[in-house]
Amino acid sequence: MKKFVALFQALDTTTSTNAKVAGMVEYFQTVPTADAAWATYFLTGERIKRFITSRDLQNWAIEMTGMPEWLFKDAYHTVGDTAETVALLVGQAHSNMQDKSLQEWIEREILPLMPLSKPEQGERVKQWWRELDTAECFVLNKIITGAFRVGVSKALVLRALAQVAQLEPAIVAHRFIGAWQPSAEFFQAALSPAGHTSAAPRPYPFYLAYPLEQTLESIGEPEEWLAEWKWDGIRGQMMHQGGEVLIWSRGEELVTAQFPELEELARRLPEGAVLDGEILAWANDAPLDFAALQKRLGRKKPGAAVMRESPVVFMAYDLLQYSGEDWRERPLHARKSRLTQLAAQVEDTRLMFSPILQFQSWEDLGQLRAQARAQSVEGLMLKRRESTYQVGRKKGDWWKWKIDPYTIDAVLLYAQPGSGRRANLYTDYTFALWQGDELVPVAKAYSGLTDSEINRVDNWVRRNTVERFGPVRSVKPELVFELAFENIAFSKRHKSGVAVRFPRIKRWREDKPFREADTLDNLKALINTTAPAT
Amino acid sequence: MAQLIQVTPQGLYCPQGDFYVDPWGKVERAVVTHGHSDHARVGSQQYFCSATSVPILQHRLPQAGDIRPLAFGEALQLGDATVSLHPAGHILGSAQVRIAAEGEVWVVTGDYKRCADPTCEPFEVVPCDALITEATFGAPVYQWQPGAETVGEIYQWWMENRRLGLTSLLFCYALGKAQRVLAELRRFTDEEVYTHGAVEAITVIYRDQGVATLPTRATTDLPKDHSYSGALVIAPPSAHRSVWMKRFKNVSTGFASGWMRVRGHRRRRGYQRGFVLSDHADWPGLLRTVRETGTKKIYVTHGYKDLLARYLCHEGYAAQSLDTLFTGDDTEALSEKEIAKAAP
Repeated sequence: MKKFVALFQALDTTTSTNAKVAGMVEYFQTVPTADAAWATYFLTGERIKRFITSRDLQNWAIEMTGMPEWLFKDAYHTVGDTAETVALLVGQAHSNMQDKSLQEWIEREILPLMPLSKPEQGERVKQWWRELDTAECFVLNKIITGAFRVGVSKALVLRALAQVAQLEPAIVAHRFIGAWQPSAEFFQAALSPAGHTSAAPRPYPFYLAYPLEQTLESIGEPEEWLAEWKWDGIRGQMMHQGGEVLIWSRGEELVTAQFPELEELARRLPEGAVLDGEILAWANDAPLDFAALQKRLGRKKPGAAVMRESPVVFMAYDLLQYSGEDWRERPLHARKSRLTQLAAQVEDTRLMFSPILQFQSWEDLGQLRAQARAQSVEGLMLKRRESTYQVGRKKGDWWKWKIDPYTIDAVLLYAQPGSGRRANLYTDYTFALWQGDELVPVAKAYSGLTDSEINRVDNWVRRNTVERFGPVRSVKPELVFELAFENIAFSKRHKSGVAVRFPRIKRWREDKPFREADTLDNLKALINTTAPAT
Repeated sequence: MAQLIQVTPQGLYCPQGDFYVDPWGKVERAVVTHGHSDHARVGSQQYFCSATSVPILQHRLPQAGDIRPLAFGEALQLGDATVSLHPAGHILGSAQVRIAAEGEVWVVTGDYKRCADPTCEPFEVVPCDALITEATFGAPVYQWQPGAETVGEIYQWWMENRRLGLTSLLFCYALGKAQRVLAELRRFTDEEVYTHGAVEAITVIYRDQGVATLPTRATTDLPKDHSYSGALVIAPPSAHRSVWMKRFKNVSTGFASGWMRVRGHRRRRGYQRGFVLSDHADWPGLLRTVRETGTKKIYVTHGYKDLLARYLCHEGYAAQSLDTLFTGDDTEALSEKEIAKAAP
């Protein structure tokens, strides 16, 4: 465990990716295989079943320190993270713990807590806190609350593993995708040249596009590229393999049961086929807005009414495997043409083929993009005709070219401190628009300002607070910000009567007096320019 | 109960003695606790401060004509008040102000700390009827390990960077913190350390007053292409990502401050390493001070004043927070002029 804590600290205190990879490689090579398996599990964002909550930690820390609850809460607001607040309050200056391996910690200490009663769990955890130093407490708290995240991306962990195994990162990435058990056996097999012998079907790592920020001319000639709509649904992989039917989301979660109609569709695919595409709520030859799809998410099994109201389709745009053969190294145009044949064979209205858009010049393409909003899509995807299907987010062959967001000038009304990196800084804002003489809150936004702007706004908030409601402060209406957002719809759940999607701060309008900010009617007027809400 | 200190637009004012403590406005008579810029401000006619603070004030406030030294413990009669200064343990010369009038004793702590620091006079407990305390780190998550231990971590970091061929750039408050690090490092080495001009100027003042530090050399005196490989360089936070920093090639950056106790602060400031080293009292230090002075009435300024005041009330004290312009921030940026002067 001490080595894992040291690894965490090393990763947490450097910004150099080379140093991070080197740190992980050294760790993987020096600890027992089972420890390496658990470390990989946590570093790639997997978590153990959550049976202890932040609230439990808070209660136990309060019991242990005897401090009043409000003091704990105030302390939390200066830190922005419960696991860390508790570690800072209860952790020892120096560790008195006899070191145990990470595996022992997880399998013999932490997981056995699961069947115990809350008070029994509390006693055990408090006993650990009395022996561990602050850094160890922090890591332990993060593990037991299932919220362990550090400053490494999954791709970086895979890079380190590939280096350890001396294999291609893409191969290692494929072996660690989906749900896997952190055991020495699994880990050893995953890093061996041959890989797993009897592996359950897993999705291929998704290939992700970067936003296009340069000019179209700079990426080459139009004839080298294929264009299609950028659909606003959920990216997914559909596979029919070994008699099994699986639908994976981009978050590498199995969503098969959430979409029974797609499960049915997948059974009709030829054996050994894997398709990449977008799950969309669809009716009358057009996508429904994202809210319709949202009704299908987060349910174990949808009811008949929801399925009727928000029917879904699979908009296929790539073919990763055919007849059990990996097609990812073949050029995109070849994959696309086999995919169209496959779609024609299957002949099912729930399987759609994302159309290839015709254009002769980059100007044509610009005009297509201008129609995106009318088509209820997010913009365009540009893919090089000859491109292979790569792993992760890569520049060069695939680009997303989204439509410009809607924008509106709104007044800052409430502020509250952020968490994590932004703890104790007023970074979470609520914005309002005018309705007559009244300011009506319409959106919350957390991002978009530079660090120095955040510091200035933070300072301003502290000096212009009108009222405090717990951590939230209402402020003098004065600051105006231009907000950008992707979509807008009428909503009965919001006081303003509208809901905006992905609001973020585009810029601080220091030039604009708050009286001249936009009105709620200005915002509502934008609704008519988009597809009607469901 | 008498009121020996009032908050006025000019700052903390003692009507019995007609003087201000660390005024932020321009006044006739200012009693100054220490040389940091949120406490020692320009424009007053007459300054009183501890004898060891004088050279610092002269450096920081070159226009101030009338700076009068007071020995620690020496009584000064101002109007109907008797004023004396007592060590605060914050930086060299830092003082608490004890005011006796109308049969009562009030103490303004200024900035202070309770843990050992080889560069300044140790904090003295001054019994009083009312205490005006700072609370820069007045939240229970702020607890310090001994400074010597933290500086040990700094030394290890420096040596590890040297092994990797990197230059160690340590950022910290130019007045006080930098000299504390330079003094504590003497436990580990006698090597020369490079300094930013702003740090060097203050270090010379400290040394002139007999504070032992590692030998230093200002980067200002060196050619632009000088090699700093494996060296330690100390600079104020305002120099981070400045033009001055461009002269260093492969670097590792560190920041020494009490704020580094919290991961979020560490991450958002963009330094690679954070070292928890503060010249302010931590939470246990603040509570201990309130207890030891025997005071029943407490006014809290700086930082987490509402939090500390509420907790003290919870503990049975009469405490309230005061609105002042002191920041107590560990990361005070130097004025543009000062930087320009120090690092051409």
